[in-house]
Amino acid sequence: MNEKNFQEKIEKEQKIEPKDWMPDGYRNHLIRQMSQHAHSEVIGMQPEGNWITRAPSLRAKMILLAKVQDEAGHGLYLYSACETLGISREELVQQLHDEKAKYSSIFNYPTLTWADMGAIGWLVDGAAIVNQVSLQRTSYGPYSRAMIKICKEESFHQRQGYEIMAEMAKGTAEQKAMAQDALNRFWWPSIMMFGPQDSESPRSGNAMKWKIKRQTNDELRQNFIDKTVGQAEVIGLTIPDPDLKWNEERGHYDFGEMDWDEFWNVVNGNGPCNQQRLDHHKKAHEDGAWVRKAAREYAKKNTIN
Amino acid sequence: MTEKATVWEVFIQTKNGLAHKHVGNVHAADKIMALENARDLYTRRNEGSCIWVVKSSEIISSESEDSEAFFDPSNDKMYRHPTFYTMPDGAKHI
Repeated sequence: MNEKNFQEKIEKEQKIEPKDWMPDGYRNHLIRQMSQHAHSEVIGMQPEGNWITRAPSLRAKMILLAKVQDEAGHGLYLYSACETLGISREELVQQLHDEKAKYSSIFNYPTLTWADMGAIGWLVDGAAIVNQVSLQRTSYGPYSRAMIKICKEESFHQRQGYEIMAEMAKGTAEQKAMAQDALNRFWWPSIMMFGPQDSESPRSGNAMKWKIKRQTNDELRQNFIDKTVGQAEVIGLTIPDPDLKWNEERGHYDFGEMDWDEFWNVVNGNGPCNQQRLDHHKKAHEDGAWVRKAAREYAKKNTIN
Repeated sequence: MTEKATVWEVFIQTKNGLAHKHVGNVHAADKIMALENARDLYTRRNEGSCIWVVKSSEIISSESEDSEAFFDPSNDKMYRHPTFYTMPDGAKHI
């Protein structure tokens, strides 16, 4: 009976709220997806943080700082939303450290040049926006509200990245080559951010039925590619896919095969930076332990709490 | 496992004269830290003119499964709405 009421609510596009009855599978799927999303925002600060002290101008530095600060904020919105499902933030962080929870594989690639800041903003944030715009309509209320807030803030991220790429593409031959190189390295990992093809994605069934996900991995990926091809053309860069061409009949771009061996290799922990990202997060967390402890002790001693 | 932080719900008044609206929550050890964390997290783009924080554990909520019975007393009182009343033709400003 509960399950029937629940599904009827979903069909009527009503949001599920924290105190509503929900199947265990729904709750567990959300915890996994939302915590992975939160961890991705937080780990995502590292590849960009790498360039804050080396930004080429004060303007670029201020922008990058603001962007990294936003990523921290987005991680916190998502942890908050995830906690409404009855799991604590301490447990969520522990799952990340125990490698029981994952984060987006894209952040396991190194950021080698300043152009990578452009490629990340343009492509990685661009792909994230396509996914997040779709998730604004997710059936779980707190997740949906977090997505709406995040989408409002995210579009500056993509524009600042595209601006960096555009500037470099019209710079010296060396600068243009650097921008093209960043595009070459980040293109395939970016389109693989949408996850396995629908035919290979085991959990999509229930996620669509429960309206946690509103569009499939392949639909979202196609949407991103269709938007992005023209943007590359405008700034004179070439997407590194010889099979990429407009398909008049489908009204979409056709594109080449993705290297799924590479994808699973990185998901399973063997990407260039997996160990480094996780070690850094653990260290920052442990280094901050005394601050959390001091704050608690201070609150106990004082009546201000 | 480390000791759990206190969770505080955050309400923001976006402009002088408007009501405070719930926006989410923060973790903090005390009320001053809660206010400062709320400011840093929820007002990075001038979204607020005033913030309230209150411990999540202090909030009492009605139960969603009881909502029908809970709100039932107001269902049959249509006469509380102005559209219930028949006004004579030609009456103005009422």
